[in-house]
Amino acid sequence: MDQEVVAGKQVQPETPKLVCRDVWKLFGTAEKAFRADPKAARRDGLPAAVRAVDLDIRAGENFVIMGLSGSGKSTLVRCLSRLVEPTAGEILFNGENLLAADEKRMIDIRRHRMGMVFQHFALLPHLSVLDNVAFPLEIQGVDRPKRESRAKEMIELVGLAGRERAFPRELSGGQQQRVGIARSLAGEPELWFLDEPFSALDPLIRREMQDEFLRLQSMLGKTIVFITHDFDEAIRLADRIAIMKDGAIVQAGTPEQLVLSPADGYVSAFTRNVSKAKVVRVGSLMKAGEAPGPPIGVRATIAEAAPLFSAGVEQLPVVDPEGRPVGALARTDVVELMMRG
Amino acid sequence: MSASARTLEPAPPVAPRIAGAMPSVAWLIVLAAFILLWPFGDRFAAWAMVYPRAWYVPAAAWIGAFTKWLVNEASFGVFTFTEMTRFMAAIIELPYRVALGLVSTGLTSGQGSGAVQHLPPLSWVAVTGLATLLGWRLGGWRLAALAGLCFVYLAVFGQWTSAMVTLASIMVAVPLGVAGGLLLGIAAHRWPRLERALTPLLDLMQTIPVFAYLVPILILFGFGPTSAVVATLIYAMPPMTRITALALRGVASEMVDLGNMVGCTRRQMTWKVMVPSARESLMVGVNQVIMLSLNMVIIASMIGAGGLGFDVLAALRRLDIGAGLEAGFAIVALAIALDRLSQAAALRSGAPPARGGWLSRNGYLAGALAFVVLTALVGLLVPAVQVYPKEAFVSTGSFWSEVVRFININFFDTLEAIKNAVLLNVLVPAKRLLVGLPWLGVAGLLAFAGWRLGRWRLALLAGALSLLIAATGQWEKAMITVYLCGVSVVFAALIGIPVGILAAERDRLWRGVQVVIDTLQTLPSFVYLMPAVMLFRVGDFTAMLAVVAYSVAPAIRYTALGLQKVDPRVVEAGRAMGCTRWQLLTRIKLKLALPEIMLGINQTIMFALSMLVITALVGTRDLGQEVYIALTKADVGRGLVAGLAVAFIAIIADRLIAAGVARTKRRLGLT
Repeated sequence: MDQEVVAGKQVQPETPKLVCRDVWKLFGTAEKAFRADPKAARRDGLPAAVRAVDLDIRAGENFVIMGLSGSGKSTLVRCLSRLVEPTAGEILFNGENLLAADEKRMIDIRRHRMGMVFQHFALLPHLSVLDNVAFPLEIQGVDRPKRESRAKEMIELVGLAGRERAFPRELSGGQQQRVGIARSLAGEPELWFLDEPFSALDPLIRREMQDEFLRLQSMLGKTIVFITHDFDEAIRLADRIAIMKDGAIVQAGTPEQLVLSPADGYVSAFTRNVSKAKVVRVGSLMKAGEAPGPPIGVRATIAEAAPLFSAGVEQLPVVDPEGRPVGALARTDVVELMMRG
Repeated sequence: MSASARTLEPAPPVAPRIAGAMPSVAWLIVLAAFILLWPFGDRFAAWAMVYPRAWYVPAAAWIGAFTKWLVNEASFGVFTFTEMTRFMAAIIELPYRVALGLVSTGLTSGQGSGAVQHLPPLSWVAVTGLATLLGWRLGGWRLAALAGLCFVYLAVFGQWTSAMVTLASIMVAVPLGVAGGLLLGIAAHRWPRLERALTPLLDLMQTIPVFAYLVPILILFGFGPTSAVVATLIYAMPPMTRITALALRGVASEMVDLGNMVGCTRRQMTWKVMVPSARESLMVGVNQVIMLSLNMVIIASMIGAGGLGFDVLAALRRLDIGAGLEAGFAIVALAIALDRLSQAAALRSGAPPARGGWLSRNGYLAGALAFVVLTALVGLLVPAVQVYPKEAFVSTGSFWSEVVRFININFFDTLEAIKNAVLLNVLVPAKRLLVGLPWLGVAGLLAFAGWRLGRWRLALLAGALSLLIAATGQWEKAMITVYLCGVSVVFAALIGIPVGILAAERDRLWRGVQVVIDTLQTLPSFVYLMPAVMLFRVGDFTAMLAVVAYSVAPAIRYTALGLQKVDPRVVEAGRAMGCTRWQLLTRIKLKLALPEIMLGINQTIMFALSMLVITALVGTRDLGQEVYIALTKADVGRGLVAGLAVAFIAIIADRLIAAGVARTKRRLGLT
């Protein structure tokens, strides 16, 4: 079912872009103890920042890792790019084990295949917007005219055209993060890490930046690992969400799966207050059969479908993205779901 | 005990009481032992009272022999050690000649009186103009006016030639010191092991009195301005190294992540990410290097730096108060100009650079060049532009001498009475007390305090360092140092803490006090001697006055800042409970600010010790005098041993206080 739902979007389930197998990260003495005897360490429950994490992130997917502070989400995302050296496990990027890559190979991969956006922007204070965005290319040794024209494109893409000569401290928080986003895209990465990119922004700006992010993603189709502590943000942006607690992944799945069948009390504590109609998609609620009337897409949310019933019809036809009929959605089911909250 | 405290976290209510009683019991026992040793030690264990001569370690002789070997025999095969040091001196000599030529002598060939000047130096108008322009660029018209006035002062009061010699040394020492400190700091940041090795060395270099390393430098590099530059480098580099390492460590971890994510190599990481990100803190280091260099260049006049320092020194030796004060004021003018300019540069380093074409980006530079050329041309026609005319000198020297004579004639009795009262009631008894203490008892007490505050490591450090002082035969002089330093610190604290308390809550007063203590701290230590000598001639009292004046600034600053830093919510809670102002101050603020105030006292002690050595010039009989004598006799061993003893005193005081502060903070829950 998971496959079907995701299949509505252009995702190839057979090619995982990034795979984690049993990744662990411990610090200090705990790390030494783990290295000495991994089995005993697992049993004894050493304090681990990342604990036995398995993940499959597919090409073109927006994968959100959600957790509260201290849950290990930032450490995990740094393990994925080896900014933090994992204690144990395997990280496969396009099938290549990153933990086996040497320093040179890692620099090469980071330069050409990965980009990252930081919570506090991490802009270089002495460089202009243009130079900040061009910075990754400068590091790669790209000549000035080439890197500046590329940087200008990126600046335009994030809607900052005209501010190229400004310096970070002259920009608002939202604008600074746009620079951060433009910079992370300058190297044309396949894999895009965003570490709580909007957490440091005001709620209104945050909303605006989320829209901006969705717009960019629909244009670029990158494989994304997005970190957040905000469940609403996760629901809004994610194709799939992994919820972390104490270094381990509690549950991973589509927003719908999390809302409809939370794995445990911890997950349901987050999903309880989420309006189901905004998350559940027509595909999950429809039944086999046919119906007359205006068709609705299988990927639409119930909240989007509900107004169509206002004309008084009992059933509506459901079509897949190609327009073929796949089933029917009943008014009673919609009403029941919405009444449950 | 700390381990058991950690495991027994929800401690039973009895535990704290026992823990609270323990130290006082232990202290009582140790103090009782000490007091018993004191009067009766003479009979049973004379060796514990006065360290026996027979046990002296001839460290001074060893160091002297080693130096002799180094200078006369040591060789790296191809070249000897002396050749190496002379070579280094020659390398530094070159930029120094250039700098001196630029601001003082002009481009010359030939030696001494036979020298021929090919190109004149920058005229006084040009240098003053450049300083003004720099001030304008960095901080607007106010800074421009300040910088300009300071340099005009130098010219008008006839201090120009000396001031330019001093400035030339600084112009060489500062870039070298900054570059060296930066590289060392970067290396320390990259290799933590190097940092661990470097830290104690830096501690030592910062606490050892400056006179002490003038001696070996004198031996190795000879007498003259180059040695002075070397001494200045050694003196000014450690803080830059420290600040660099700290600044790099302070760079946000996200910045490091960014560097890694864009695929920086190590070199790119250092120069393109870390150093630019730490720029603002690094500029603070540059300011430090400039001010320390100025201080040292003045002191290094003893090994031939010349310039303003030499003028002060010569005046001190002649007891020519007027000339000394004039040169002193010139140092103050130079110090203020350099400090304000470099501070403004540090502030500006965060601001975005100018935009536009070359001329609009470098307008100031173009203007400066044009100005220099113009003044040089005008200077050819009008000599007064090139060299400030002697006829227009304003000398206040005789005026100051008259003032001092007037004071001494009319207030001699009062001044003498004050001096004698303090001497008889405070200084002499304190000295007798400290010198009479048994060395073993003091060493034991220090070790015990170390144990209480920081377990065996601190105990070992305090005990071993005091033993070393005794073993090298420095105990009595060390005690005189401790007495002078201690009395001065007490006075400085008695003045500084109340002033700090008063200023903490009164914004306008605080701003005024800040200007005063900022200025006090920029003044080279030499300057403090003049007014004290002027009124009280030589002796311990004069030394104490100079030390108090020099070291009072940190006591004020830390007290005020500590009080201002107290959590306002706690103060509010106190006010809500109905505390009076006095209760607020004594029950809440002072208690919470205690760690900060202790740090201030620590700084006061460090300042006092560094000044104390310089007061050897006004005839104290402590370790400083020992170092000073060694300097005049070029006796490396004697100088280093006495210098190290001062450093040991500083380190013991610093470590004990730091441990005490950490403990207090933990107790108050501030960490």
